[in-house]
Amino acid sequence: MSTRDESRRFHPVSAPDFVPAEQLRGLQLERLQRIVRRAFERVPLFRSRCQERQLTPADLKALDDLARFPFTLKTDLRDTYPFGLFASPMEEIVRLHASSGTTGKPTVVAYTQGDLDVWTEVMVRSFAACGLHRGDVVQNAYGYGLFTGGLGAHYGAEALGATVIPISGGNTDRQIMVLQDFAVTAICCTPSYFLHLTERAKEMGSDFSRLRAGIFGAEPWSEAMRRRIEADTGVKAYDIYGLSEIIGPGVGVECFAQSGLHVFEDHFYPEVVDPATGQVLPDGAEGELVLTTLSKDAMPMIRYRTRDVTALIPEPCACGRTIRRIRRIGRRSDDMFIIRGVNVFPSQVETALLAVEGTLPHYQIVLSREKGLDEMEVKVEVTPEVFSDQVRALESLQHKLTQSLDHTLGIRARVTLVGPRTIQRSEGKAQRIIDQRQI
Amino acid sequence: MKLRQLSLFLENRPGALRLPCQVLGAAGIDILSLSLADTQQFGILRLIVKEEERARKVLEEAGCVVRITDVLAVEVPDRAGGMADMLGVFEGSGLSIEYLYPLVAGHRGRTAVLLLRVEDPERAAALLTGRQVRVLSREEAFEAVGA
Repeated sequence: MSTRDESRRFHPVSAPDFVPAEQLRGLQLERLQRIVRRAFERVPLFRSRCQERQLTPADLKALDDLARFPFTLKTDLRDTYPFGLFASPMEEIVRLHASSGTTGKPTVVAYTQGDLDVWTEVMVRSFAACGLHRGDVVQNAYGYGLFTGGLGAHYGAEALGATVIPISGGNTDRQIMVLQDFAVTAICCTPSYFLHLTERAKEMGSDFSRLRAGIFGAEPWSEAMRRRIEADTGVKAYDIYGLSEIIGPGVGVECFAQSGLHVFEDHFYPEVVDPATGQVLPDGAEGELVLTTLSKDAMPMIRYRTRDVTALIPEPCACGRTIRRIRRIGRRSDDMFIIRGVNVFPSQVETALLAVEGTLPHYQIVLSREKGLDEMEVKVEVTPEVFSDQVRALESLQHKLTQSLDHTLGIRARVTLVGPRTIQRSEGKAQRIIDQRQI
Repeated sequence: MKLRQLSLFLENRPGALRLPCQVLGAAGIDILSLSLADTQQFGILRLIVKEEERARKVLEEAGCVVRITDVLAVEVPDRAGGMADMLGVFEGSGLSIEYLYPLVAGHRGRTAVLLLRVEDPERAAALLTGRQVRVLSREEAFEAVGA
């Protein structure tokens, strides 16, 4: 172990994290005015919503004026599927990513080369905030593909000058072999998967004594889980936040103080609003995080409702960064849940169940975590219409429901048939989700 | 020629089997025969009772999912090879037996009565009687079980 605390070492790429607040506000306003104008000129949905409110980009004279502008919702991405919110022609778009949406159609996001450069920059600054630097060996166990996690972390770590192992997700035994044999010093994955890795490594008698840092994200996790990871493994566990609609991972990250996540405010302007009224709340108040991309050309997001519940922390951080922090995100303001990195709405589950013959309106989703992996069980009440005296008929029903869920959500769920009226109802309304995951 | 069998959905958990039995007991309905199919996840309880409609009503009121299906009550001589002979009737007929269970197990020389669940009970009954296998009426079946 080094006597110098590696995590506190200053990296030049972090300079924008430390600019004086006044200078930062000036830069934000300048970028905000540009991006709102761009969206107004190029995105018909945004323009028509502004016109309904008799707003033009010229009305944006100060940062506070942003509160007058309309929100962008996840449903807007769905309604304009696939490319309706793009502000750049395809000739300028060099990358597409996608995540699951509310009706089985994914939500598509686009990047120009400039946008990818911004993404890489914020990922480099994220890794630097976690104390990583040239010479680190980074095992990137986020999935590579349409999911933004893999490629986002990959290019960021490479640009930092670290040695990247693009191992992607899965194959736990191979992950452990690589962690040990390649003297890995930092790992990127979901915190629950890391717990699984450490449990398996213990069984295998493997040793990750070189591993210093974990950059964990793509799912909510708790302070208790961090303490467990750090106590069990000696690895410093950092929380990283992002969402594909905004850019992917790298919207915000913890520094060595591990006391809230710094938002890269020069690229993503944060507001916290009352989820019911949409009113902007003062710093320190808990509400829904709303983000505006300040420098993303292909798909500007103006006041995107993240549904993530947090608060802006106005107090300065021990690390000296001037960019503000948000509290760790523990819950969401809607009923969406995230399983194995995939966004799922109960309504999608309902759609999938109803696609199978007979009507099965009563269901419950039970989320649990087994061996570090999220499991989804869907309990479906058996009705006289679908019930049969033959085992194979019911097994075939179960199979069809499983297939339909897999087809709609892209994830394997376990379907359990339960008796009628066995699913708890509160005030006549079924409790749709039971989340037993210890996070 | 046919008996009306009640099938119930059972969750695979302790107490699941007792509830319908209690409900029938409270209603004074005697279970003449039963079979239980179980999988890892759930079970199907099949019941023969005398008052099928009343049984269905009380069970549904108690929250059970009930389905009524027709089964055949077939006499099988209580001797070695008796069952094999009866099953031989179906050979080459294209009819398959979904499941079966006894209504009366033969003992001390009595004839056994089996309940057969087949896709096409009419055709199966005609086939059996054509080969001198006795298919019992509802009344005869109840009488055989002493109800």
